[in-house]
Amino acid sequence: MSARLTITKTPKCYVGGAFIRSESGRVFELKDHKGEFFANVPLCSRKDLRNAVEAAAKAGPGWAKRTAFNRGQILYRVAEMIESRVEDMAGALMLGGVTKAAAMKEVVAAVERIVHYAGWTDKYEAMLGSVNPVASAHFNFTVTEPMGIIGVLAPDERPLLALVSLILPAITSGNCVVALASETQPYPAILLGEMLAVSDLPGGVVNLLTGKRAEMVPTFATHEHLRAISGAVNAEQRKALRLGAAESVKRVRLWKAEEAVDWESDAMEGLEEIRALVECKTTWHPVGG
Amino acid sequence: MPVAKSPPSFRRLFDDIGTVDAVGIEERVAKYGTRSVKKKAKVFGLRLAVTMVDLTTLEGKDTPGKVASLCAKALRPHDVGEIPPTAAVCVYPAMVRHAAKHVKGTAVRIASVATAFPSGQAPLKTRLAEVRAAVADGADEIDMVINRGAFLSGEFGLMQDEIAAVVEACGAATLKVILETSELETYDNIRAASFLAMRVIRPNDFIKTSTGKTSANATLGNNQVMLEAIRDHFLATGVPIAMKPAGGIRTAKQALTFLIAVKETMGDEWLNNGRYRFGASALLNDLVRQLEKERTGAYQAPWNFSEASEGY
Repeated sequence: MSARLTITKTPKCYVGGAFIRSESGRVFELKDHKGEFFANVPLCSRKDLRNAVEAAAKAGPGWAKRTAFNRGQILYRVAEMIESRVEDMAGALMLGGVTKAAAMKEVVAAVERIVHYAGWTDKYEAMLGSVNPVASAHFNFTVTEPMGIIGVLAPDERPLLALVSLILPAITSGNCVVALASETQPYPAILLGEMLAVSDLPGGVVNLLTGKRAEMVPTFATHEHLRAISGAVNAEQRKALRLGAAESVKRVRLWKAEEAVDWESDAMEGLEEIRALVECKTTWHPVGG
Repeated sequence: MPVAKSPPSFRRLFDDIGTVDAVGIEERVAKYGTRSVKKKAKVFGLRLAVTMVDLTTLEGKDTPGKVASLCAKALRPHDVGEIPPTAAVCVYPAMVRHAAKHVKGTAVRIASVATAFPSGQAPLKTRLAEVRAAVADGADEIDMVINRGAFLSGEFGLMQDEIAAVVEACGAATLKVILETSELETYDNIRAASFLAMRVIRPNDFIKTSTGKTSANATLGNNQVMLEAIRDHFLATGVPIAMKPAGGIRTAKQALTFLIAVKETMGDEWLNNGRYRFGASALLNDLVRQLEKERTGAYQAPWNFSEASEGY
């Protein structure tokens, strides 16, 4: 048998449940830590962001209407899908130069984080909602609702764990996400997309773009359809995001990319992260009415 | 087994007006989507498209209140950006008098479907009475459906006589003849039906693709076949006929592609709402949304344009 030809892979972005190239047709070279060419990755444009938001808007109502229990099952299934390909994912992380042990540690932490939020889906409402005392013959209660479409900007380091830590609290409560992956290490996000595609997560709930953060931040900031921005970015980008968010009235939850963020810490997961991305609705109902 | 043949009347008609090169049409319209329309040209196109919209509601659940809000939307599509009013509102005959209360005396005209829309399956007498009633109630334009059964069985005389009868019943109102392209099966038939209609309607009356009530609606291909029929008829007789694609045109991008087809097939003479219209309901919001995007530089959310979005 003659030697096989190499079958190279075209990394594609996971948007609306499909694998797409950038509408612009652009790509950028991804090199491994030794500086050797690895693959051409889509260089997404603002129009790709717009299209991803449209995809998220389509998927959103259906995702939010699912029962909390069902969302939990699906998130757990996402964890299962990554767990079964731990080695692949670790390999993707090692492109960035980390050791096998460190890469495995990050993948395991990411899987654990997903399982953590899978457990939260049918519990956070009991913690965040309330029955409020009022001085009249009314029941007064507060329930949470998902905000809508959340923009996620992942930092360069911890390309899997940070991305997952930013996405999960949003989708746990029924939001949809349009995320921009790590600029220097986008490949784990490409692989994550392939794993989401075979989980039971409906297409469009999580949309993963790759590209240049500086180019995409202005559109994330001003897009009126995004209800919140959650991400780790530099000072200049934080300013741009805050200004744009003020104009389009969206919530921002930003970490400083220039300072080391301990993504593995327990403080990076849990109820407060979910609370940051829900709206509270308070209802008055007459007693006996 | 004998091969099924078209009735002889079809063959005579095709000898007269020519047939359509279907592959050529598909190739031609595929190119329209590749034109790059940006910035000023895009704003021009979007605003022009707004002025060409027949803002439509044709549902069993229409109420006077719903028609009132449709009229308000047609008169003032958005509260900022000085967006022009649409060409017309398009309603069922029973709603014409309700629409008249809101748009009579404004730039927005009242179009009404009539002639037992969408099937056309009612006695001619009933259909004509419906047209007269709509005109009497204040309709400026009548959208009629052709007798597809008569056309498909080759009874062209019957089909044309019925159109001529409706022309007469319209009086001063503009007539739009709906061919219902999805039920005509082939491009050849669409061209044939276009010619049959054009020969009996008046200058600046319309031919229209569809009712919007069947699965397949206006496509670039149907639009192109009909535009070319209008062009050939105009070059032969000097009678200008207007065109209205309807149904399935939901996005601003689609509308711009249709306008490119008009510009490249008919020229500037047809780039106004006297000669070209869009029958649509969702399209207007997307046009306004894109105009707002051009004005503000920010992508817009659907809830800013009276669109249900369930919070998403």
